[in-house]
Amino acid sequence: MNLLQYSPRTHTPIAIPQTTWRIGNLATFIRKHLLQSPGMRFGDKFFLFLARLAGFSVILLLALILVYLVYASLPAIQKFGVSFLYTSTWDPVREVFGALPVIYGTLVTSFLALFIAGPIGVGIALFLNELAPKRVAIVAGFLIEMLAAIPSVVFGLWGIFVLAPFLRESFQPWMIDTLGFIPLFEGPAYGVGKFASGLILALMIIPTISSITKEIFKTIPAHQREAAIALGGTRWEVMKISVLKASRSGIFGALFLGLGRALGETMAVTMVIGNRAQIMPSLFSPAQTMASVIANEYAEATSDIHMAALAEVGLVLFGVTFLINFAARILIHRMGRSQNA
Amino acid sequence: MKKSALFQFAERKYPYRKLKNVLILSTLYLSAMLAVTFLGAVFAYVVMRGVPGLSLSFLTELPKPVGEEGGGMANALLGSLELVFLASSLGIVWGVMVGVYLSEFGREKMASSVRFATELLNSVPSIVIGVFVYVILVKPLKTFSTLAGAVALGVLMVPTIARTTEEILKMMPVHFREAGLALGIPRWKVILKVVVRGSIPGITTGVILAVARVAGETAPLLFTALNNRFWQFGLFEPIASLPVQIYTYAISPFEEWHTQAWAGALILVLFVFAINLCTRVLLAKRSQ
Repeated sequence: MNLLQYSPRTHTPIAIPQTTWRIGNLATFIRKHLLQSPGMRFGDKFFLFLARLAGFSVILLLALILVYLVYASLPAIQKFGVSFLYTSTWDPVREVFGALPVIYGTLVTSFLALFIAGPIGVGIALFLNELAPKRVAIVAGFLIEMLAAIPSVVFGLWGIFVLAPFLRESFQPWMIDTLGFIPLFEGPAYGVGKFASGLILALMIIPTISSITKEIFKTIPAHQREAAIALGGTRWEVMKISVLKASRSGIFGALFLGLGRALGETMAVTMVIGNRAQIMPSLFSPAQTMASVIANEYAEATSDIHMAALAEVGLVLFGVTFLINFAARILIHRMGRSQNA
Repeated sequence: MKKSALFQFAERKYPYRKLKNVLILSTLYLSAMLAVTFLGAVFAYVVMRGVPGLSLSFLTELPKPVGEEGGGMANALLGSLELVFLASSLGIVWGVMVGVYLSEFGREKMASSVRFATELLNSVPSIVIGVFVYVILVKPLKTFSTLAGAVALGVLMVPTIARTTEEILKMMPVHFREAGLALGIPRWKVILKVVVRGSIPGITTGVILAVARVAGETAPLLFTALNNRFWQFGLFEPIASLPVQIYTYAISPFEEWHTQAWAGALILVLFVFAINLCTRVLLAKRSQ
C-alpha cells in the first residue's frame, strides 16, 4: 500500500506528517482501488464503484470482526496475558480464567469427530462416485445432503433425549466394564460428555467431508481409472491407485474443512457436552468447548472480566478456524493446480 | 502408471485380492447405509416425539408458565419469520452485489482477496458472529434486540449467497454480455438487465437455501435477539425465535416443555426439508 500522498497540483509525492498519513493512506487506497476507472461512462463508473464497495466490504467486515473481538477481549488480555492460553482454571465466581479446559474440550471432541467422520465421509464419497448406480447415487447423495440441512439445535435435541440416554444405559457401561482399565474409558457413565459430542459432531461433518471429497474425485479423469483397470486391478485396487492416491491432498483439505466446521459447531455440542470446564482424561466425562462456553455464559455473564474472557475465547476460536480453513484452501487449491497441470 | 503399482497387483494371490476387494467394497456400502440410517433415526424421532405436541394451540398461543397445560410457540414462529425476513433484506442485497462483483469484475487485483475473504467469512463460527454483533449493536444500544439478531443472521447469509451468485452468473455465456455491449448498452445495464435478470431463477435457489440454513441458526441469536415470552415485535426489543425456543425448552427440566421442543423441532425440520426438496426438484427440472 502506498504510504505517500500526492500533491493535487504537481502530482508529485509529498511527505505528510506522521499523524495524518494514516488517514491519507486510507483515502489513497479508496481512490486507487474503489474509484479509479478511467474513460468510462458515469453509470458504469458508479456501478463499478458500488460493486467494488460491496467486494471491499467483505474484507472490511472480516477485519472489523477481528478488531472488535480484540477490543472486547482487551481487559482479559491485559489481566491474564499469554497465561490465558495454558492455565486450566475457569472460575467465573473467583474471576480467574484460563482457557486450557475449553481448548482441550474443543480439540478432543473435534478430533474424535474427525476420526469417526473422516473414513466414513471418504467412504461415502467413493461409494457415490465410483460404486453406486447413477440413480442410487442421486438419491443417496440427496439424503446425505439432507443430513447437512438439519439444524444444529435439532441434532442437539436428539442428542439429549435419544443418544445420551442410550450411551448412559447401554454403550458406556459396557465399554467401562470391558475397557475401563484404559484411562480413556474410565469413570462413571454420564451419557452426556465428550464422547456424545464427538458422535454428534461426526454425524454433522460427514456430509461436509463427503460432498467436498466427491467433488475432488470427479475431477480425476476417466483414463486414470481405465489404466488401472487395464492392468487387471480389482475395483478396490483401481480406486486405491487411480482415485485415492491422486487426490490425497484434496482429501486432506476436505478433512481440514470438516475439522473447521466441528471446531466452531455450537448448539448441538452445547446441549450434550455436559458443561464442566475441567480437564478429565475419560472420553465419557463431561467437558466444555470454546463454542459451548460462550453459548452458555455470554448472555448471563455479569462482570466485565468474564465477558472479556469469553470474547477472548471467541477470538481464539476465530483464529483457530481461520488457520484451519486457510490450510484447507491451500491443500485443495494445490490439488486443483496439479490436476490442471 | 508407476512401476510399483504394477508389481503390487502381481505380488498377491488372486483369491486374497478378491476377498480384500469384497470386504472393502462392502464397508463402503455400509458407510453410506450408516449415514442414511442416522438421518432416518433423527428424522423418525423428530416425527414420533413431535407429532403428539402439535396442535392448533401450539401454532396460535403464547407460551404458558411452567406447570400450566397447553400453550404454544406462536410468538416464536412469527419472531423467526420477522428475523429471517429482516436478515434476508440485508443479506440478499449485500450478498448478490458481492457475487456480481466477483463474477463480473473477478479479474481485478482486489477480487481474489475478496473471494478469499468470502470463503473465510463462510467458515467463521456463527457464535463468533454473535459475539461480534453483541459488541457492535447490543452493548451500545444497551438492549438485546431484533435488529441485532437480524444483522447477525444477515451477515451469515452474505458468503453463501455471494458464492452461489458468482457461480450462477459465471454460467451465463460470455456472448450474451458481448451481444449486449455490441448494441451499445452500457455495461451496468448489461449486467443488471441481461446477466443478473437472466440468472434470477438460479440466484433465487441459492437465496432460498441460504434462508433455510439461517432459519435454523440458534447460536448467533442467543445473545443478540435473546428470547421473549410475549407478543413483541419491535425492532429494539428482544424477540423470540423458533430455534432459541427449542433450545430453551430442551435444556429445561420440564416434561411438557420437552414435548413442545420436539414439536418445534418437527416444524423446523419439515420447513428445511420441504425447501431443500422443492429447490432440488426445480433445479433438476430446469436442467433437463
